[in-house]
Amino acid sequence: MTRRDKALRTARLGTFVTSAALVGVALVYVRALMFTPIERFQGPAQKIYYVHVPVAWSALLAFLVTGVLSVLYLFLKDRKLDLLSASSAEVGVALSVAMLTTGPIWGKPVWGTWWTWDARLTSTLFLFLLFIGYLVLRGALTDFDMRARYSAVLGVLALGLVPFIHMTVYWFRTLHPAPVVLKPDGPSLPGVMLVTLLLSVLTFTVLYVGFLMQRYAAAVLEDVREEEAAHGLP
Amino acid sequence: MTNGFVAMAWAIAAKDLAIEWRTKTALVSSLVFAILVLAILYFARDATAVSSFEMAPGVLWVTFTFAGMLGLNRAFLLEMENRALDGMRLTKATPAAIFFGKMIGNLVFVGFVELVSLPLFILFYDVPIWTRLPILVAVMIMATLAFVSVGTLLSAMVVRTRFSEVMLPVLLLPFLVPPVVSAVQLTWRVLADRPLAEMTGWLSLLGAFDVVFFLLSLLLFEAIIVE
Repeated sequence: MTRRDKALRTARLGTFVTSAALVGVALVYVRALMFTPIERFQGPAQKIYYVHVPVAWSALLAFLVTGVLSVLYLFLKDRKLDLLSASSAEVGVALSVAMLTTGPIWGKPVWGTWWTWDARLTSTLFLFLLFIGYLVLRGALTDFDMRARYSAVLGVLALGLVPFIHMTVYWFRTLHPAPVVLKPDGPSLPGVMLVTLLLSVLTFTVLYVGFLMQRYAAAVLEDVREEEAAHGLP
Repeated sequence: MTNGFVAMAWAIAAKDLAIEWRTKTALVSSLVFAILVLAILYFARDATAVSSFEMAPGVLWVTFTFAGMLGLNRAFLLEMENRALDGMRLTKATPAAIFFGKMIGNLVFVGFVELVSLPLFILFYDVPIWTRLPILVAVMIMATLAFVSVGTLLSAMVVRTRFSEVMLPVLLLPFLVPPVVSAVQLTWRVLADRPLAEMTGWLSLLGAFDVVFFLLSLLLFEAIIVE
């Protein structure tokens, strides 16, 4: 089986996973809107929680995957790792856009403002900009090895930067809801809401995997085509 | 670290500084730029609502950051001409020695720009801090170290790309959020004559950033310059 065939198979599988996840998103929303109680203080506006939190989770997961694969690339120098980490960064940027747009839509009715320089908003915004920089850098380099090495270096640096940005903006001051699920004394969310949220997190994780598979397949196909062009094959 | 390592690093730094001292192009433009930023930001406010003293810490660090960034691109652009970097790699100099050399050159450059613009800042913004100057200088050294370590690494990267002048700020500025915010917070406290106890948190954040990013940059530099 050639690389091209493998990539096409990954793309088909990715399309299937993405479609399944999209159906899942629809189902989760039916559950969130019809079968999950309305939050007492925030009213219907809180329903966006079931998109915002999972999408933020999968965006951060995508960036984490890019960071970890970057570290691995510098040791193993495997083309696949580079293509996969770049694909993950691109999917992460797309998911971040969803995160950074659903956030203000929720913020306006609940906080009374579209944007605030709260710790988590600020750190995710910087992370988003950093990964746009990562993609811009890749776009500006043509040689495969150089592009892979340079973007891996940036990925590793980004991994080191995240805790510092978080500390910095956290000390600045925070307005964001404190964690309600992942905290030492257990979730303080009513059971029904928690189940909806976890289902949604699961769905959006699958959506990320589906996107990643498709983007990775496309990256491999581009790479195969470039290689063929370099060797003068049809 | 052998004697050869130090000699190599020093030779590279001395070479860069000698080139800069003879032409003074980057130095003079960075200085003039710093003074212009200080002057423009003074007028970029409602003078009846915001006192210049309140703006001062932010102004100082915006100025240092932008002026320093102008100088960083220069360090490796020099080496692109006639493929000088390839020549340098053919010598006994290890990647670590090249990194140190370039970083020392950048530190002296940025440090010089900062030292010249600091008195002007004190004059323009009327901040009487002569007695607290040592703490401010310590903060400046720590933040500059952070800025220059990541900056040296990233500038080695961006010189190989198209539009390197734009690429450096885009990649570097997110990394400057922790050191610059810490430095502004610390400067604010120094100017307001707050006790040292209020600064330890930000100082340790800045210190940790220095250590982590200096080591990361040093380790990753090899991946940047090998072919």
